Amino acid sequence: MTGDSAPRLSLTVETALGPFSLQASLEVGAEPLALVGPNGSGKTSLLLTVLGLRKPDRGRIVLSDEVLFDAALAIDRPTEERHLAYLPQDFGLFPHLTAVENVAFALACRSKRASTRQRHDEAVAWLERFGIGRLAERNPSRLSGGERQRVALARALASSPKALLLDEPTASLDVEARVEVRAFLAESIRSLGLPTVLVTHDAMDVEALASRVAVLEKGQVVACGLLADICKAPPTSFASKLFSPSRISGAGAIADPICGGDVRHN
Amino acid sequence: MSEEVLSRPGRRRLYHAGMVGLGGLLLLFLVLPFVALVLDGGPEAIWRGLGCPLTWPALRLSLGTTLISVVLVVIGGTPLAWWLARSRWRSARWLEILLQLPVVIPPAVGGIALLLAFGRRGLFGETLERLGWTPAFSVVAVIMAQVFVSAPFYLQAAVQAFGRLDPNLLAVARSLGASPPRLFARVALPLARPWLIGGAAMSWARALGEFGATLMFAGNMTGKTQTLPLAIYTALELDIHTAQALSLLLVVFAFALLLFLRRFNRGVEPSRRPAMP
Repeated sequence: MTGDSAPRLSLTVETALGPFSLQASLEVGAEPLALVGPNGSGKTSLLLTVLGLRKPDRGRIVLSDEVLFDAALAIDRPTEERHLAYLPQDFGLFPHLTAVENVAFALACRSKRASTRQRHDEAVAWLERFGIGRLAERNPSRLSGGERQRVALARALASSPKALLLDEPTASLDVEARVEVRAFLAESIRSLGLPTVLVTHDAMDVEALASRVAVLEKGQVVACGLLADICKAPPTSFASKLFSPSRISGAGAIADPICGGDVRHN
Repeated sequence: MSEEVLSRPGRRRLYHAGMVGLGGLLLLFLVLPFVALVLDGGPEAIWRGLGCPLTWPALRLSLGTTLISVVLVVIGGTPLAWWLARSRWRSARWLEILLQLPVVIPPAVGGIALLLAFGRRGLFGETLERLGWTPAFSVVAVIMAQVFVSAPFYLQAAVQAFGRLDPNLLAVARSLGASPPRLFARVALPLARPWLIGGAAMSWARALGEFGATLMFAGNMTGKTQTLPLAIYTALELDIHTAQALSLLLVVFAFALLLFLRRFNRGVEPSRRPAMP
């Protein structure tokens, strides 16, 4: 982590996206931001743009004191140099590597000098930190959804990221695992304090993991603010359906977007 | 009309008899030549055929050249396929189609094309000759003909294998800091490996059976450019049992190849198993 100010991801991008254009301007600090919107509204495209896998026509993406993209200055850092932890929906573990090899892969990408042995030991230490040291030699196909997510998070953090990008982190899980994963993610995100962007379809995810919400509609950010404010005055019919009282655990959560768990952990 | 003539069970019987009859006829037609190939003349005649002076030079040449061809195809085809699979250019799609051309054109046409390109009087032949190299009618020509006809088999398998890789995995690898070489060597190659090996095996089989292009471009010189298929053609004029023996050799190789692919595929997770014969 460089820079003495708090880490911050700020982006202003504009790019053609099928029938409409994606136009977004977002600031993400220590408070996790949830991107919500109907299918095809450009949520994932925005995430891929930040990752550097999709090049915007215009705009600027800055992470703390580092310019990742600037159309005017012709700066476009490749994905591997952006130091972003990306967790896709199914966590993206490499199926041909064991849990510990998955983590060691990230270590090998960042520190070329360490020996294989050193990397292995460090990778095991990462898994132990996430309470899954005993699963080190397992293949991802033999891990549960919750375990997979822990390995993926350990691997992502082993690459010393400067921001966290999550794409529907609970969508591929069954209901029970979803609760476990959500709680674990919430705790991790808060303790990391990294700028975090979360794409989700799930109001429970938003409530548990994010404190701010950006609502996308046809490529435009139609509203961005505290979860409580978005809930009070949903800007789109999608948002009002997503945050209808029946889908959020209680009115208290709406009034106070920072859940009880957060108070306990700090 | 037929609905009134035949009862329901009758129609069903007719259907089964028709399906079994038609399928069985084709099956019989496909199997009988192999039966003849193995049984005709008895083992003694086949053994005598194997002793023919054409056999060992052709066998050596076939194994040697096809091995080199497959290695060349894999070395060049893997990067090409990786690029084709990842390229978003429209021209890459056209190139993909163009590269399949050697599969559908008759091998003799391929031989003529090679001759016109690299033959002594060919388009590039004169330049090559000035550099002191005339590939036509040499071992090099045998290999060139094999690479020409067999590369598309590997390329097709490899482009499909790379194209099928989960884009999320590649995105994650890059976000973790994997450089392009690491992404290719540590993620793409191991994940695509079963299909790459399958493609290389099919490509090897095609190279081993190569006849037309080799005959046109490399000739049929015993010990120099006469591969097993060409030796079979030559032996046919001498003694049918020699041709039979050489053919059996090729069948054995082909069968071993199929067994290898079966065994190999068994080690791969069912969901990731490539569709192979």
